[in-house]
Amino acid sequence: MPLLSLIVFTPLLGAIVLMLMRADQHAALRRGAFLFSLVPFGFSILLLARFTPTEAVFQFTEKAAWIPSFAINYALGVDGISLFLVLLTTFLMPIVVLSGWGDIHKRVKEYMVFLLLMETGMLGALVATDLFLFYVFWEVMLIPMYFLIGIWGGQRHIYAAIKLVLYTMAGSLLMLVAIVYLAVAHQQQFGQYSFDLQRLLEFTLPVTTQRWLFAAFALAFAIKVPMFPLHTWLPDAHTEAPTGGSVILAGVLLKMGTYGFLRFAIPLFPQAAFEAMPLIATLAIIGIVYGALVCMVQPDLKRLVAYSSVSHLGFVMLGLAALNTQGVQGSLYQMLNHGLSTGGLFLAVGVIYERRHTRLIKEFGGLWAQLPVYAAIFMVVMLSSVGLPGLNGFVGEFLILIGAFKAYPTGTAIASSGVILGAVYLLWMYQRVMFGPLDNPENQKLKDLSTREILVFVPLIIMFFVMGIYPKPFLSRMEPSVQATLARLEKKLAETGSSNQVAQR
Amino acid sequence: MLYRMINPPEISWIAILPVLLLSATAMLTMVADLWTDGPDREGLGWIGLVGLMATAIAAVALWNTKLTSFAGAVVVDRYGLFFTLLFCVAAGLTLLMSMSYLEQTDIRTGDYYSLILFSTVGMVVMATAADLIVVFLGLEVMSIAAYALAGIWRSQVRSNEAALKYFLLGAFATGFLLFGIALLYGVAGTTTLTGIAQTASGATAEQRTLLIAGMALMIVGFGFKVAAVPFHAWAPDVYEGAPTSVTALMAVGVKSAAFAAFARIFMHTLAVMSPDWSAVLWVLAVLTMTVGNVTALLQRNIKRMLAYSSIAHAGYLLVGMVAGGELGGSAILFYLLAYTLMTLGAFSVVIALGRRGQPNENLEDYAGAGFRSPFLGMAMSIFMLSLAGIPPFGGFVGKFYIFSAAVKSGYIGLTVIGVMNSLISVYYYVGVLVRMYMTDGGVEITQPSSRPYLFATLVVAVAGTIALGLFPSTLFEVARQSFLALG
Repeated sequence: MPLLSLIVFTPLLGAIVLMLMRADQHAALRRGAFLFSLVPFGFSILLLARFTPTEAVFQFTEKAAWIPSFAINYALGVDGISLFLVLLTTFLMPIVVLSGWGDIHKRVKEYMVFLLLMETGMLGALVATDLFLFYVFWEVMLIPMYFLIGIWGGQRHIYAAIKLVLYTMAGSLLMLVAIVYLAVAHQQQFGQYSFDLQRLLEFTLPVTTQRWLFAAFALAFAIKVPMFPLHTWLPDAHTEAPTGGSVILAGVLLKMGTYGFLRFAIPLFPQAAFEAMPLIATLAIIGIVYGALVCMVQPDLKRLVAYSSVSHLGFVMLGLAALNTQGVQGSLYQMLNHGLSTGGLFLAVGVIYERRHTRLIKEFGGLWAQLPVYAAIFMVVMLSSVGLPGLNGFVGEFLILIGAFKAYPTGTAIASSGVILGAVYLLWMYQRVMFGPLDNPENQKLKDLSTREILVFVPLIIMFFVMGIYPKPFLSRMEPSVQATLARLEKKLAETGSSNQVAQR
Repeated sequence: MLYRMINPPEISWIAILPVLLLSATAMLTMVADLWTDGPDREGLGWIGLVGLMATAIAAVALWNTKLTSFAGAVVVDRYGLFFTLLFCVAAGLTLLMSMSYLEQTDIRTGDYYSLILFSTVGMVVMATAADLIVVFLGLEVMSIAAYALAGIWRSQVRSNEAALKYFLLGAFATGFLLFGIALLYGVAGTTTLTGIAQTASGATAEQRTLLIAGMALMIVGFGFKVAAVPFHAWAPDVYEGAPTSVTALMAVGVKSAAFAAFARIFMHTLAVMSPDWSAVLWVLAVLTMTVGNVTALLQRNIKRMLAYSSIAHAGYLLVGMVAGGELGGSAILFYLLAYTLMTLGAFSVVIALGRRGQPNENLEDYAGAGFRSPFLGMAMSIFMLSLAGIPPFGGFVGKFYIFSAAVKSGYIGLTVIGVMNSLISVYYYVGVLVRMYMTDGGVEITQPSSRPYLFATLVVAVAGTIALGLFPSTLFEVARQSFLALG
C-alpha cells in the first residue's frame, strides 16, 4: 500500500470533491472538509504504528520515474526527522478545519479547498526525497496560503499576502537555481543528472561551490523560518491571516524552513554549513532576544504571538546550529512543540477575535470571570509556550540549551534570557487579558467556549501533557535518523580535516 | 525557348502537404464567404478548424520522414513539423475564441478567418524553410496577414492605429532582415541554409566580418518579430489596439514562428558562429526580460500587461538560445508550447470578461471576478501562476528546462538574472489574482458556459497547462527529438 502517497493526496482528492460541491451548502462542505482531513491523520497513525523506530534510513519509500530525461523521480520516504512533522501536519489539520467551522462564514467552499490543497503541499514537501519534487510541493503550499490571507485576511490582507509570496519566492527561486546546479554538477561528474537526495548526499562538491549553494538553500529556508533579519513578512502575514491560516502558518509552514535546513541545506553542503553555523547561531540568538523584546511592547495579541514565533524559532535554529545530538533532537522536538503551542495560542486568540473583532490587549481585561473555561484553556496553552516543566515546551528548550551550550557557551547564556523573557511577555499578556477588573461593557456580554471550540483545544492539551511528561517515544524514533545525519556530516567533514572541531562538540 | 534553359527543381508535393492543405483551407474560407448569408460567419471558423485538423494529421503522418522539396529550399523535418503542429494548436484555439469574440465585437467579416489561416500558412513556411528567401517569404505571408488582422476592427481608432504602427515598423524591420540575408548571400553565394553553414564553418577573417554584419542585421529583424528589447516598442500599442483574438495569435503564433526560424538559423546553420552571437543575445535576453517585466508592473490595461509579459517571455526564450545545445534547443520548443497554451488561455479570459461594447480590459474591471465566475477565476489563476513559473503548471517546467540548459552551459549569472525576473513577474501576475479574488467590484460577467466556443478554448488551455506541468516528459522528449532532427 503506497501509504505516503495516500497521506499526501487524500487532501487533494478532498479538495477536488469539495470543488464539485455546491457553494451554498456550508454544513456539508464543513463536514466534508473535516472528514477529508481526518483520513490522512488516520493514515499517518498507521504510518506511526508501522514505522521501525530503530532504523535511520527512509522508510515506506515509493519511487516512480517522472521526468526520465533529467532523472527526476516521484520519490517519497519518511524517516525519524520527517515522521513527526507529518503527524503534526495531519494532526493540526482537522483542528484547523474544525476551528474554521465557526469563524469562516463567507466563501466556505474556497476556504476549505485551499486548506486541503495546502495540506497536500506541506505533506508532499515533508516526504519528498527528490529535490525537484520537493521544490514543486514547496511552491504548491505557498499559493493556497496566499489566497487564505488575501481573501479571508484582515484589513491589510493584500499587502500581507503579496509580501508573503514575494519574500518566499525570492528565496525559493534561488534555491531552484542551486538545485539545478547540483543536478548538473552531478551530471558533469557522473554522466547523469540526479535530483535524488540520497544519491546527492554521497556527492561531495568543492567547498567554494558548496558555499554558494548553501547560501542559496539557506536563504530560502531562513526566509521561511523566518530568521532575523528576514522575518518582517511574518508578523504581517500572521496578523492578517484568518485564525486557521495563522495556525497552519505557525504550526507547519515555518517548520518547513527549519526542516529544510536539517534535511537539505546542512547534509548536502556539510563544509559550507559547518562554516556558516556560527553566523546562523548568532542570528538565531539575535532573533530569540529581539523577538522576545518586541513581544513585550506589542499592543496587538496576534502580533505578539507572531513575534513569539520569531523568538521560539530562534531556539530551533540555535539547536540545529549546535550540530550535536541533543541540540538537533531538541530543535526537532521544539518544532513539534512550537507547532502545537503556537497553533494553540493562535486558536485561543482567534476565539476572542471572533467574538470581539479586535486583537488589542487593552480592549480586554478580567475575562477570567466571564469566560472561565476559556481562561483555563488559554492558560495551559500559554504555559506550554512558556516552557513550563511538565509541559511539552520545556523538554525541547532544555535539550536545545544543553546542546547549544556545548557549542556556544556564551551565546547560549544570552539565549537563555529568551526563556525568561518568554515567560515575562506571555504571563504579562495573560495577566492583562484575563485578570483585573472586567470593566469593558463589550466583554461583559461574551459567551464562554462552545463544545465545538472545546473539542478544538482538547487534542492539543492532551498532546502538551503527553509530550511534556513522556517524550521518550518521540525522541527514540528521531534519534537514529538524527544520529545518522550527524555521523554523515562528521564523516564528510573528516574528509576535509575539520573533524576535530566537530569532535569537540 | 527560355523555359528549356531553366531546370525545374524536383518538387515533393508530399513534403509540403501541410502547407498545401492549410492554403487550400484558407482559400476555401474566402470562397465560402461569398456564399454565406447573414452576419454570422461561424461556419467559416468550422471550415478553418477542420482544415487545421487535416493539416495536423498530415504533419503527424510525416513525423517519421525527413523530406526536402524545391531543391532543398523547404525541409520538412521533425523540427518543422513540431512547429507546424504548434501553429495548428495556436491557430485552432484562436479560431475557437474568435468565433465567440467576433460576435461580441461585431467584426462581421469572413476575411478574418482566411487571414488567420494565411498567417498560419506563413508561419508553417517559416518553420520549414531551409533557404533564407523562403524564410523571408514565410515571414511576409505571415506578417502581411497579421498587419491586416490588427486593423480589421475598422470602427475602432486604436485598431487602425495598431495596424498602421505594426505595418510601418514591421516593414522597416523586415528591411533589416532582408539586408542581413543579402550580406549572408554575399558571403556564401547562396541563400540555402546548408550552403551558408558550409561557408560559415570555413570562413576566412574577411568572410567572418561580413557574416557578423549579416547576423547583426538579422538579429534586428527577428528581434522585432519576437518583440525583444530594444525592438519591442511596437508591441504594447499593437497588442492593445488589435482585436484580442488577433493579439493572442500575434503573441503566440507570430512569436513562435519567428523563434522557429531564428533558432534554426542561429542554433543550427550558424552554430559555429555562436561565440559571436551568443554574447549579443545574452545582452538582449537580459534587457528583454528586465524591461518586459519591470514595465509590466506599471500597466493598468490587461492587454498591455500581457504584451509586456510576452516581451519578457521572449527574453526567457532568448536565454534558451544563449544556452544552446540540445538541451537549450529542446527547452525552447517545450517552452513555446507551454507559453502558447497559457497565453492563449489568458487572452481567452480577457475575451470572456469583455461584453458587447464594453471591453473590460482594465485591471480594475477584474475586481471580484474570481467569485462571480468561479470557472474563469480558476482558469485565470492557473494561467497567471503558470506564466509566473509556479509549479505544478507547464510554465514552471518550461522555465526549469530553460534555466537548466543555461546552468548546464555555465551561464549561472544569466540564470540568476532570469529567476529574479521571474520574481518580479510574480508581482504583476499575482496582482491579477489580487484583483479577481481580493477586491470587490461590480462588472457584470457573461458566464463562459453560455459561450461554448470560448468555454472549449479555456478547457483546452487549462487542461494543456496542467498536463504539461504534471506530465512533461513525453512532450519534452518530442521536443528533444524535434530539435535533434536539425542534425
